[in-house]
Amino acid sequence: MKCLCLIAFVATPLMAGTDDVTATGDLGLVIERATGSLVLVDRSDRAAVGRIEGLGDLSHASLTYSPDERYAYVFGRDGGLTKVDILTRAVVARTVQAGNSIGGAISDDGKLVAVSNYEPGGVKVFDAETLALVADIPAAGKTIGLVDVPGRRFAWAVWDTGEVYLGDFSGAEPVVMPLGNAGKNPFDAVLTDDAHTYLVGLFGEKGVTAFDLWDANPKPQKFLTEYGRDGEDMPVYKMPHLQSWAFTEGQYALPAVGRHEILWVDRDSQATVATTAVHGQPVFIIAQPASPYVWVNFATPLNDTVQVVDSRSHSVVATLTPGKAILHMEFAPRGAEVWISSRDDNKVVIYDTRTREKVAEIDAEAPSGIFFTARAHQTGL
Amino acid sequence: MRSLAAVLMLALPVAAEVSPDRARTLEHLVIQDCGSCHGMTMKGGLGRPLTEDALKHADRVGLALIVLDGVPGTAMPPWRPLITEDEALWIADYLKGETR
Repeated sequence: MKCLCLIAFVATPLMAGTDDVTATGDLGLVIERATGSLVLVDRSDRAAVGRIEGLGDLSHASLTYSPDERYAYVFGRDGGLTKVDILTRAVVARTVQAGNSIGGAISDDGKLVAVSNYEPGGVKVFDAETLALVADIPAAGKTIGLVDVPGRRFAWAVWDTGEVYLGDFSGAEPVVMPLGNAGKNPFDAVLTDDAHTYLVGLFGEKGVTAFDLWDANPKPQKFLTEYGRDGEDMPVYKMPHLQSWAFTEGQYALPAVGRHEILWVDRDSQATVATTAVHGQPVFIIAQPASPYVWVNFATPLNDTVQVVDSRSHSVVATLTPGKAILHMEFAPRGAEVWISSRDDNKVVIYDTRTREKVAEIDAEAPSGIFFTARAHQTGL
Repeated sequence: MRSLAAVLMLALPVAAEVSPDRARTLEHLVIQDCGSCHGMTMKGGLGRPLTEDALKHADRVGLALIVLDGVPGTAMPPWRPLITEDEALWIADYLKGETR
């Protein structure tokens, strides 16, 4: 140990001041969905600073970060789990762990990475260091809505059966507790920022089902079962996403499935507070940090538009057209900027959130998800 | 079954008449928008696999009707508000590998 310290001490003054030292706190990765690559971006410089290739099929991909913001774990459609080193801009480990997967999460201590699989359905858990398989939890269908829960735990739901599970991976053997049935065809789920409530959105029936994860024996509590009774549902050309959605002003802002509406629900009583008519079928509804606003994008063919809604008045305060096929939005951690991916314009467009004016753009090949490293420190992502 | 197929055949045009420009748009739609559920390589996702192999025995008119009218009780939406019957047939042929 003494020896290592000495080396570090000697090395530091040599490294400092040189250009090849990189801090990762303001970096991010943009998924290029068609080419199986990632663009490394620098948030402060509003610039692309590198590209990492060879990640397989990223047509529905997401990623999560190690606690030190050095490594990204990328979950690809083809079942590939890839560990990327942001500093060396290289793939350091890769395993094709299933035939078809949908997303993943990292445990609160950064030791385990869990992947949610469609084919074969289930959850696989890997050692974050080596990507060695730690646990394999089969499911009777496609798993969706996988989130990390404090205490080396993960929660997930099954599209085909509606069953919801909480897996505890803190001991020598995993303990998987069934939490009950959320309802018909859960399409995605999310954990509130305080890790209190696991919310499961339903596609096969109206409603959202909540599970109180602070309770020792969480039970399904369904709400929002009555929305849209007064009209015909519209086709859903893209499934809404619940991850990184909006919790603001004591409310949940939820996408109405089959309706061009945002539903506002009181966080405590689960009563519907308001409905906002919007441009199309909402896909992502994301809170602008440290503000009363949420930003929403829409399913094809109305996906050239982004709207900003005030969570106090529930009214649309801005309608922007950043580009063609807007797939995702990622806020700077303190909310000053939002980065928006325009798949069909092959660029990421950066907006100032105060002026709502475009301030820069970055080239990327068919970009989808944008992920800043600050996600490393957020529960439920 | 045969009579149903005959009825379906009558309901839709026989040949898919689509301009080269529109074909490029449709190919983009298939890869990107169908791809969001079926995978960009059509190997499946929330939706079933739509590879040439998976659709080898599928009837093109039947496929076109699924595209146009969706599958009730599943996540497959009706695309009729966005595309014509000719275009749906073009998509069926494209998926079966018969337009390339």
